[in-house]
Formats: sequence, C-alpha cells, structure tokens
Amino acid sequence: MIKLRMPAPLRTYTNGQAEIDLHGGTVGEAMDDLVEQFPALRPHLFNGKAELRPFVNLFLNDENIKVLRGLDTPLKEGDRLMLIPSIAGG
Amino acid sequence: MLPFLSHEEILRYSRHLLIPEVGLEGQKKLKAASVLVIGTGGLGSPVALYLAAAGVGRIGLVDYDVVDFSNLQRQVIHGTSRIGTLKVDSARERMLDLNPDIQVDAYNEPFTSANAMRIAADYDLIIDGTDNFPTRYLTNDVCVLLGKPNIYGSIFRFDGQVSVFYAKEGPCYRCLFPEPPPPGLVPSCAEGGVLGVLPGIIGSLQATEALKLILGIGETLIGRLMLFNALDMTFEFVKLRKNPNCKICGPEPEVTELIDYEAFCGVPGHDHEEGSVGGGWDITATELAQRLQQGNHLRLLDVREPHELEISKLEGAELIPLGQLAARLSELDSAQEMVVFCKAGTRSARALELLVSAGFRKVKNLKGGINSWAREVDRSMPVY
Repeated sequence: MIKLRMPAPLRTYTNGQAEIDLHGGTVGEAMDDLVEQFPALRPHLFNGKAELRPFVNLFLNDENIKVLRGLDTPLKEGDRLMLIPSIAGG
Repeated sequence: MLPFLSHEEILRYSRHLLIPEVGLEGQKKLKAASVLVIGTGGLGSPVALYLAAAGVGRIGLVDYDVVDFSNLQRQVIHGTSRIGTLKVDSARERMLDLNPDIQVDAYNEPFTSANAMRIAADYDLIIDGTDNFPTRYLTNDVCVLLGKPNIYGSIFRFDGQVSVFYAKEGPCYRCLFPEPPPPGLVPSCAEGGVLGVLPGIIGSLQATEALKLILGIGETLIGRLMLFNALDMTFEFVKLRKNPNCKICGPEPEVTELIDYEAFCGVPGHDHEEGSVGGGWDITATELAQRLQQGNHLRLLDVREPHELEISKLEGAELIPLGQLAARLSELDSAQEMVVFCKAGTRSARALELLVSAGFRKVKNLKGGINSWAREVDRSMPVY
C-alpha cells in the first residue's frame, strides 16, 4: 500500500480527505485506484487518452514522475505520491 | 565598490554585523542591492517589511490597487487608517518609517507585458508576490529573458509553495508548470480564502531567500520546491529539474518575447472577482429582486460551500456546492427557469457553463453573486 497526498484545491473531490491509501504496482495503477475511489477527480487529472493532463504534477517521493518512467514507474511498499497543484494566491 | 555605512546604520544593523555570514561586508552588499517586489498584498507585505528592515538599499513595489478592508486580515504592511489609499504609497510610507535609509520606488501600475521589462531591468532580484496565473507566467518570463532570479511564493488556504526559479542555474516556473490550469479549476484566495498568517510565513521565506542570494550564503531553493501545510505543520521538499522542452528556458525556446498572458491563461491578470458570464447569461441582483417580487417562479441554486450559508443566504435557495454539481444534475429540471449564484459570481459562472454544456438553457448567473444582492437589494445582509 502507498499513500497519496491530495492538494487542498482538489480535496473538494475527495470528500475533504488529504491522505489517501492506494494500491498498485505502478504509478498508473495507483492513479487508476484513486479515480475509481473518487470518480469526480478523473477529469481534473486525466485527459481523454488516459494521460495525465499537462498541468498535473505528480511526484513519487521527491521526484517528478516525468523524469522517472511516468505512469509506468514501479512502486514499492511505503512509497508516497504527491500531487502538486498550481496555486496562484498571493 | 560597496557603499559606506554611517555610524547610525552600523548601530541599526548591529545584529546583522554580529553574524559572521553577514558582517560589515554583507550589510554593504544588502545596501548595494535592489529588489523588485511584484504585488504588495499578502506575500508582498512581509517581503517588503523584512527587506526594508534588513537594509536592502533599493526596493521597488509594483501594485495598482488600493487598500481594502478585506485585505487587512493578512496584508500587515497596510493599516485601517490607509483604507482607500494606494497600496504602493501605504507600503512605501510604512517601509520608510521602519527604515528611512533605504530607497523605495513605487510603481502604481499593473505589471503587464507593456511595462514589465522596463521596470524589472533595473533590479537584481524579482520577488513574485502576485495573486493570479497570468502575472505569475509574466513574472517568470521576464526573469528568464532578463536572466534574473525569480523568488516564487504562492498560497491557498493552508498551503504554501516557495522556490527560486533561476534559469541560468536551474529550472524556471514553466519547467514545473508548462501550462496553466484550465480557467476556474483552481480557486483564487478571493474565492477560496486563505489563512491570514500563511502569507506571513511564505513571504518571510521569500525574503530569506532574497537575502541569501544577495549575500551569496547558504543553500537556496534553486532546483527545489518547498511545500508548506499549516494544518499538518509540515515543510516538504521536492526536486525540480530543468525541462529540456521548456518553451522559454529550454535549448530551443518558442517564447522569445513577452506574450499576452491573459489570453495564455484564459483568465484576467488580477484576483478581483468579476462575477459575470456575459452574452446575456447574467442577471443583476436588482433585476432578480424585481422578478421575484412579480411572483416569477424561479429556482434559486446556491453553489457555495455549506459553511458560507452562515454568513448570508437567499430565502428559498437550494444548495449544491459547485464541486458536487456535475454529479447531481439529475436533481435539477432543465425546463424550469433557474438563477445560479455564489459569493461574487465566479463559481456560479463556472456552474452556468457546466449547466449549459449539459443542455440547460433557462438559466442565468447572478452577476456579482450574493454580495451584490447585499449591496443592491438587502442592505441588512453582510458583504464578505
């Protein structure tokens, strides 16, 4: 099992939950688990081709999955995913 | 050559001079330095105060706004007596009271593609304390094109982000965020709120990074993004890398001059709520009141969050928060006339778009939201 940290602007779609437990052998499988648990999140994270939308930044531990193997990046027990939102407040 | 410090200045900065990493030479570097602060709001307040106190010799302030009551919960450089005055003047006065030995340049104008290069060219460092996506992309691009560090800070509710984007030595803002989020997806502070002390923390971190860069000490946040959460009281760090395909700082840049950032982001370059859809989809509070008085059967749909009902509500309105609307369309009847509203009209404009795309036609957006109802129709209701 791994944990995903949900940024504040997207918690509207996870009933306010900040930390979510996910299962999956790869980042993509874990994200599938996420949008199955919270279907309203799907359009905010994925485009029609099941790719992450370009403004979505997903980090595995402290690395952007873009510099790893993207959604194919393998996961191990205890890994932590973090969605980093674009926020603009000042 | 570094500037001279008077006896008075030596006494003023004594606590800096005692630190070996600063010392007399460091303090002179601060005096010789110039920093441009974009925005004198939540982030700009602590940034400007601490840079002034630290003795940064020349500080530029860019803002076009006036001090408003709703600013004072977090914008601590201003004060109740300054409401209605220009923010740059209010901030400048406070900074010079704190430290009359510095120079404060006030730019009472919006930071735009037309003036940004001219204003920023004259400063060593740029601090991004803006409140909207277009100005953040503009600030980034100006810094990349001029080869200057961009000290970035951003806040929302309990969350903050800080980094130093410096394309000469690391990634830029576009490396991390190549594209802005679609309009309306990310609420602004005016829509979603912000804990008043949060910009105090994030702005103080930006000021710290500015001082470190000027002094050439420590490990800066170049190549790292710091994420702060006030509820969990966590500071986390992730690595940022230069994006080889970055449209502005990559090896083959597409962006070689400033662009139209409002068009790029699809939103206005400010965080003032407009609250209208246009194209005949809006209804004013006064019109709505007249129609209700005439006995028109209108369904009132409130798309705010439940806790906002404690502040103000419209009689007979039903609540479906915007985040739940897509999943609860079956509760609505497209044959019935409906008016959608929120606090100031921004979320309801999004709701209206969603309803129209689902086939609803007899629907209007309450322009300016329930706040305009409070201003135009029911003066006993508070504006928030």
